[in-house]
Amino acid sequence: MHFKARSGEALADATLQANLRKFQSTGFTALRARAVAEFGPQLFEALRGEGAAIRDRSLESLDAWLERFEAEAVRRGATVLFAETGAEACELLVEICRRHGVRKAIKSKSMLSEEAGVNEALAANGITPVETDLGEYILQLAGEPPSHIIAPALHKSKEEVAGLFEAHHHAPRKDDIPRMTREAREVLREHFLSADLGISGGNFLIAETGSGVIVTNEGNGRMVTTLPRVHVCITGIEKVLPTLEDFSTLLRLLTRSATGQAISNYVSLFTGPRARQDRDGPEHMVFILVDAGRTNLVGGGMQEMLRCIRCGACMNHCPVYRAVGGHSYGWVYPGPMGSVLTPSYIGLENALDLPHAATLCGACSVACPVKIPLPELLRKLREKQVDRGLRPRSERAAIRLWAWTARRPRLYALATAVAVRFLRILGGRNGMIVALPFGREWTNGRVFPAPRSSRTFRSLYATRARPLVNYNQPALRKRNQR
Amino acid sequence: MRVGLFVTCLVDLMRPSIGMAALKLLEDAGCEVTVPAMQTCCGQPGWNSGDRKSARSLAEKLIAEFEDCRYVVVPSGSCTGMIRTHFPEVFEEEPALLSKARGLAERTYELTEFLTEVAKRTPGPASFNGTVTYHDSCSGLREIGVKAQPRQLLAKVAGLKLVEMEECETCCGFGGTFSIKYGEISSAMAEKKCANIEASGAQAVVLGDLGCMLNIEGRLRRRGDAKTRVLHVAEVLAGPTEG
Repeated sequence: MHFKARSGEALADATLQANLRKFQSTGFTALRARAVAEFGPQLFEALRGEGAAIRDRSLESLDAWLERFEAEAVRRGATVLFAETGAEACELLVEICRRHGVRKAIKSKSMLSEEAGVNEALAANGITPVETDLGEYILQLAGEPPSHIIAPALHKSKEEVAGLFEAHHHAPRKDDIPRMTREAREVLREHFLSADLGISGGNFLIAETGSGVIVTNEGNGRMVTTLPRVHVCITGIEKVLPTLEDFSTLLRLLTRSATGQAISNYVSLFTGPRARQDRDGPEHMVFILVDAGRTNLVGGGMQEMLRCIRCGACMNHCPVYRAVGGHSYGWVYPGPMGSVLTPSYIGLENALDLPHAATLCGACSVACPVKIPLPELLRKLREKQVDRGLRPRSERAAIRLWAWTARRPRLYALATAVAVRFLRILGGRNGMIVALPFGREWTNGRVFPAPRSSRTFRSLYATRARPLVNYNQPALRKRNQR
Repeated sequence: MRVGLFVTCLVDLMRPSIGMAALKLLEDAGCEVTVPAMQTCCGQPGWNSGDRKSARSLAEKLIAEFEDCRYVVVPSGSCTGMIRTHFPEVFEEEPALLSKARGLAERTYELTEFLTEVAKRTPGPASFNGTVTYHDSCSGLREIGVKAQPRQLLAKVAGLKLVEMEECETCCGFGGTFSIKYGEISSAMAEKKCANIEASGAQAVVLGDLGCMLNIEGRLRRRGDAKTRVLHVAEVLAGPTEG
């Protein structure tokens, strides 16, 4: 099913629409705006520039920073594994589980694990994965993918969650959020204490210290990374930053852009497994760093996309995302960043509609903390589709015909004069076209206002008192030089 | 001051009064206005659809047509954005045309921007009886920074009261071909815009891009609102003109 069909279902889903409206009215955009105002808009602008520059520096020497990260992490007792694909990452993970006799794995939020299909791979090998981020936990019960990268269950209402908890917790239905949260916490506590493996994502990797970082608002991330015997951090290779100083700059951008917080409730850095003097922490710590299409973007016209720090601001500000929700986008990443990442990672031909699922309004790139020119990247993907002959023939022909005619002004003048007549006949007495031939997509939800005048501008202008001046005539050209 | 008016293909076809209004405003502001007769389209439909070749051919044509103008003024934020931001991208690998494209980009202004920032005389006082709200069209706002200029000009119109609506900077859903590729989403976005216009209590929504005007008016009429007027800022500032 394509974006269009899925978004059609989303628009017809009254519950989803109500949940999306609530998200918009109580949502992250207002919180971000307030945080930016408090920080100082000009200072925040400068910070965005710094953030983009740091990410560019990291990406320009990605291989070198990854080597440095590996050396520092290994020096501190961690293991660093590289996976070329999501499937390879899953194989490595299952192998780790086998080696350590893992039966149950608790997880904190990781979008890369969604990309790789970690839960499915674990379950297929007899290991029980338990999502411990509240939103992800809700979705695991519902058997659904996330619809937002930092608020995965925002498409669910409180009532829907209450129903899920009632069905899965075998406890009386609760309808207020604090009691529901407490119930989930009690259920999850058992899992935290009985799991053999903790799987976390990684918001950043710090090359100079060999540390992984997660930025969270729930306590689950701390427990996932410290309680079980083994901790695996699975994340993308592009997440590496040279220094802790760089990290501090990006952290200020990340939390403000994501939730409007000056700082999140938790910022956890993990550097190697439990040391002799440590009182807690895992006995084994493994990083699985996954490529899964990222190196294809390095050094090319799409590299700017790898700056992304997964804050979600682009989707929060996207009017298309807000109208249709995240599931319409069909893969792991929704919204503008998803419309760029999905075709880049799973293949241009496998996500033909996504680069077009945007009005190019630019709200995303204005909000992006690392200044990714998302509309421009979407446009580049459209151009790649054209170059590879992936657009429908009719669409290509229409654009070419338009340009061909527009290059022939006399023919164009004639064609537009005819079009004006035709559209005015269709518009009838009140000048509103109710059903446009070849334009049902427009008139299904709107009328099409017919031309106001019976003549084009060029025709009206030509009959003005003064004659038309053609500036391309050589004689005039000379006269009119400044 | 020799000023070339690029009326845009949409204005030429759908609402010539906007072009006439722009012409009047520029002439009232003391400009010597020329309207190159062979002008058609800036190439944006091709550019945004990924058809660089189509866009390139029309961009080259436009650059040649306005080569002799000291300034180029456009009653559309979107087409101004195309010329100013994207023409240099169209010719990024053709040095000779790139410098011409950059030169044109520097001389090109959106109408309200030109009237407030470049024109020496501001146009004569217009009048308008009623309350209006302003929709900030995306390209004008985010590609070229048109925000204060139209409001500054509208503030001088006698009898006009401007009330801001909620989310005046949010896209109306037009998006060029998006409006016919994803008509349902586009209409849903237009519906939100119309609800905000209605909630503002304004009798007219004023904006600077005809594409968005057609989208908003189309949805207003479909939802049964026959009264709220959809006006181009040039039409309000110039008062009644031919067309």
